Amino acid sequence: MLITFFIPARFAQASSQTLQNWYLGVIAFFVFIGIFNLIKINVEKIQRHLRDWQYSFILLFFLGVMLGAGFIGGRDSRIFLYFFENFQVPLGATMFSLLAFFVASASFRAFRAKTPEATLLLIAAVIVMIGRIPIGYLIWHGFPDLVEWIMQVPNTAAKRGILFGIDLGLISMALRVLLGIERSYMGGGSE
Amino acid sequence: MCLIFFIIIYGINLKAFDTPNDDGSGITLKWQTDIQYQSFGIYRSAEPTGIFEKIGEVDGTEITFLDSNVKIGKEYFYKISAKQDTLSIFSQVIGPAKAEVQYFNTSRLPMAICIIILFAAVLGYISQARKGGKLFIRKIPALNAIEEAIGRATEMGKPVLYVPGIMDIDDPQTIASMSILSRVAEKTAEYGTPLYVPTSRSMAMTMAQQVVKESATRVGRPDWYNSDNIHYITDDQFAYVSAVDGIMVRERPATNLYLGTFYAESLILAETGHSTSAIQIAGTAMPDQLPFFVAACDYTLLGEELYAASAYLSQEPVQLGSLKGQDLGKLLFIGVILIGVLSQILSWQFFINLFNTIE
Repeated sequence: MLITFFIPARFAQASSQTLQNWYLGVIAFFVFIGIFNLIKINVEKIQRHLRDWQYSFILLFFLGVMLGAGFIGGRDSRIFLYFFENFQVPLGATMFSLLAFFVASASFRAFRAKTPEATLLLIAAVIVMIGRIPIGYLIWHGFPDLVEWIMQVPNTAAKRGILFGIDLGLISMALRVLLGIERSYMGGGSE
Repeated sequence: MCLIFFIIIYGINLKAFDTPNDDGSGITLKWQTDIQYQSFGIYRSAEPTGIFEKIGEVDGTEITFLDSNVKIGKEYFYKISAKQDTLSIFSQVIGPAKAEVQYFNTSRLPMAICIIILFAAVLGYISQARKGGKLFIRKIPALNAIEEAIGRATEMGKPVLYVPGIMDIDDPQTIASMSILSRVAEKTAEYGTPLYVPTSRSMAMTMAQQVVKESATRVGRPDWYNSDNIHYITDDQFAYVSAVDGIMVRERPATNLYLGTFYAESLILAETGHSTSAIQIAGTAMPDQLPFFVAACDYTLLGEELYAASAYLSQEPVQLGSLKGQDLGKLLFIGVILIGVLSQILSWQFFINLFNTIE
């Protein structure tokens, strides 16, 4: 895959594509393994009446309903869409919306001016927060430009520094894996 | 009836050439005109004096056209018509141009050189380590804290929760996470502490089960391994988060480890974990999620440290050698950045162009 990145010729791109297709084929098979595992764990929970076993029953019931609706009527069937749009989507949105409250609670802890670095973070955060809302512009017309500068210059510079490190780390790890020095990800010990 | 004028002029500067760095499937046309036209028609023929067939039309703002319907090695001749209201002006016939297969993408040459240098540096240090050379690696507090955090969970008689991210095993971060899981599983198995690994991908689950099982066997505790503790939940991002949050609130693990690829769920997980008073260690190579983990967790592996973790934890000279090579790469990048800044200030066009060509 690494070599094909540098070779535009058709044979190289085709072999790269073939490998990716194999991966997709394997993934499709693994969906069944995932579902089997889910059923196994939850059936055991119900059989042994473990704590909160009732939730497992609800999970398996709706898994059956969705699978049945999907197999019989396809993804566009009324029952499938009903449960997806009225259960899955709002529940997902509810979890996502929790983020707003968690950002507030995490910021409250992070923005305590205990050290010079934390003070700097606090000042930058206050400027960005004020500059992002309409009242910031009314307080001082320069806030939005200052926010833009903070985001584009110091923030981007730090982010790029991290990205360089990430890419180098990735290359180093890839080499360890390719050379067989690193095998722990497959359950094996190291060299 | 409107009158259409066909005038052959040579004011349109047209060029046709083999598309660089492709698989031989294209010829690129590039043109310059003195004035703005409404549209351009593209014509092609196999003979300079043959019948020209119209193969495309582009907007007047365009200055290039890619003819991707060509046969490798066959010669083609081109001309374009510039259209303005009822007036069409033709360029001169250009050619022959033929598409050829390229076996090396020259625009990626600087990248290839960087990778070769990095590979050489990593291999050099690995070889030095094999010969018994001493290597100094800076301390990574988050990794030193892992054993301490597992020890804490053991003392409290509570489980350890390991979240390997939400991506599949084609993601390098998940691979790195599995390597760390191997070390974590060795310690938890040694101490007899329960280890929960809920996964959002079935393939990652299978891999995690194998990793944990092998680790337990390695430390002589195969009986400790329980496959039910490493289970699949769902591929859906927020359904997975709610399930993991549920585990945190019900089982109250004393240690939460979030290592892998995370998106918006990072803060939801970390804040829920914080509310259960668990010691939390996170690591990801997603720059946008790092601030959330830094704010909500006790220790965070920043970007590259996630990839370095397994080598660091193993403390094996050969693996540590690869980390030294990585550091040399960083030095190289710093040097290139400095030369880049100087090149811009002093207008060293060669160096600027070298990196401008990277795709």
